[in-house]
Amino acid sequence: MPETPSGSPARPGDVLIMVGTMKGAFFFTADPDRSTWRMDGPHFPGEEVYALALDTRSGSSVLWAAPGSPFFGTTLRRSDDLGASWSGKDERPVRFPESSGLSLERIWQIRPGPADEPQRMWLGVEPTCLFESADGGESWAPVEGFLEHEHREFWTPGNGGLCMHTIIPHATDRERMLVAFSTGGVYGTDDGGATWSPRNNGVRAEFLPDKHPEFGQCVHKVAYHPEHPERLFLQNHWGLYRSDDWAGSWEDVANGVPSDFGFGMAVHPHDPDTVYIVPLESDGFRCTPEAKLRVYRTRDAGASWEPMTQGLPQHDAYETVLRDALDVDSLNPAGVYFGTRSGKVFASSDDGDSWTPVIEGLPPVVCVKAGVVA
Amino acid sequence: MTTASTRVVTVVLPGQLRELTGGEAQIVIEGAGGTVAALFLALRERHRSVYDRIFTEQGEVRPHVNVFVDGADIRWAGGLEATVGPSSEVLVLPAVSGG
Repeated sequence: MPETPSGSPARPGDVLIMVGTMKGAFFFTADPDRSTWRMDGPHFPGEEVYALALDTRSGSSVLWAAPGSPFFGTTLRRSDDLGASWSGKDERPVRFPESSGLSLERIWQIRPGPADEPQRMWLGVEPTCLFESADGGESWAPVEGFLEHEHREFWTPGNGGLCMHTIIPHATDRERMLVAFSTGGVYGTDDGGATWSPRNNGVRAEFLPDKHPEFGQCVHKVAYHPEHPERLFLQNHWGLYRSDDWAGSWEDVANGVPSDFGFGMAVHPHDPDTVYIVPLESDGFRCTPEAKLRVYRTRDAGASWEPMTQGLPQHDAYETVLRDALDVDSLNPAGVYFGTRSGKVFASSDDGDSWTPVIEGLPPVVCVKAGVVA
Repeated sequence: MTTASTRVVTVVLPGQLRELTGGEAQIVIEGAGGTVAALFLALRERHRSVYDRIFTEQGEVRPHVNVFVDGADIRWAGGLEATVGPSSEVLVLPAVSGG
């Protein structure tokens, strides 16, 4: 369990878990052995924090957060001192052009760009759109090819809103990128964002008369490992998939899971065939099946999945892990982390073999991001 | 007769927005037109970030923000076309919502 909040900044080499909740953000830091966690927070108390990011591309740690006031909207904030202070609400505005007819509802994803482009960043927002910055997050503009997409009028919000929750730049080809949003599915560009096309071949849409439309799928998360740049894993609103051709087609890999419904998904930082998910019973009952909190892990790219239960409650655990509430750090063995809608955070420091509680009693957890402090 | 040049309106801000005004709780707007819309357009010229917290990109008051002119909720007084008097006090408050 965490020590008393110290507020002291983490040191280089420490592991940082950034936890966004419906009522603020909480940070947990530990030595690389990841045995004892120190808590700092809440940051932005009272505000929802759906998106967080740790950016170490410059050689130092920059934290990003997108707190949303229920009254006064969402802002994008930056910290250069590990959360001791944050930039002002009036800096780095993220706004749709008035001519778009759209207004920003929420920032769902903060995605630092490639390591050799430290000024490049992206945001995934609601209503669904991709924003880009070429100046280190100082200024932002929507990617016009996506903003003005001819399908926009047909995209409809899921239960969480019309949210862009996944941004995946190709590891080697700068012209290529995938995004995923609910509902709409996976879209890709091969020309640097000028044009976008659906990439949902094989992904089901259980809630539509046509179960395999070109677009309109409710994709919950897509995960990716840069060492296997054509391979992707997808957690759908019913469906668990892998693509080996950069989303050209998708193959069902729900082999041995208690349910193929779920939200969060993360790939092991050093093994592109190892993926973590937390299945939920159904869309009607979004809780862990059989009241057991189990992380499922595949080590063979989805050919089989095994439950990770050591240290996790296996009785009366009606938990929900949302789409951005599962993440890994960059160490080996990997740290794996997730948070629940009931305010619990669990950590594993051994690739998911065993788990320990980090904290319970937080507000509902909507975002977990982990990394190593630079 | 009241004219824009003689109108002096005080806009009172909630605590959450005062970091955008250097801690000031009130903004005095002189010379704006006689409607809420005109008043806030004048405010936008001086305090764009405050305006952006109260209004969406589409120029609508955010759903959980309430604006009162001399104690009257503008929702039932003409909305953005509600009349602002020569020395009105305009109050911006977060609604009773948010969970």
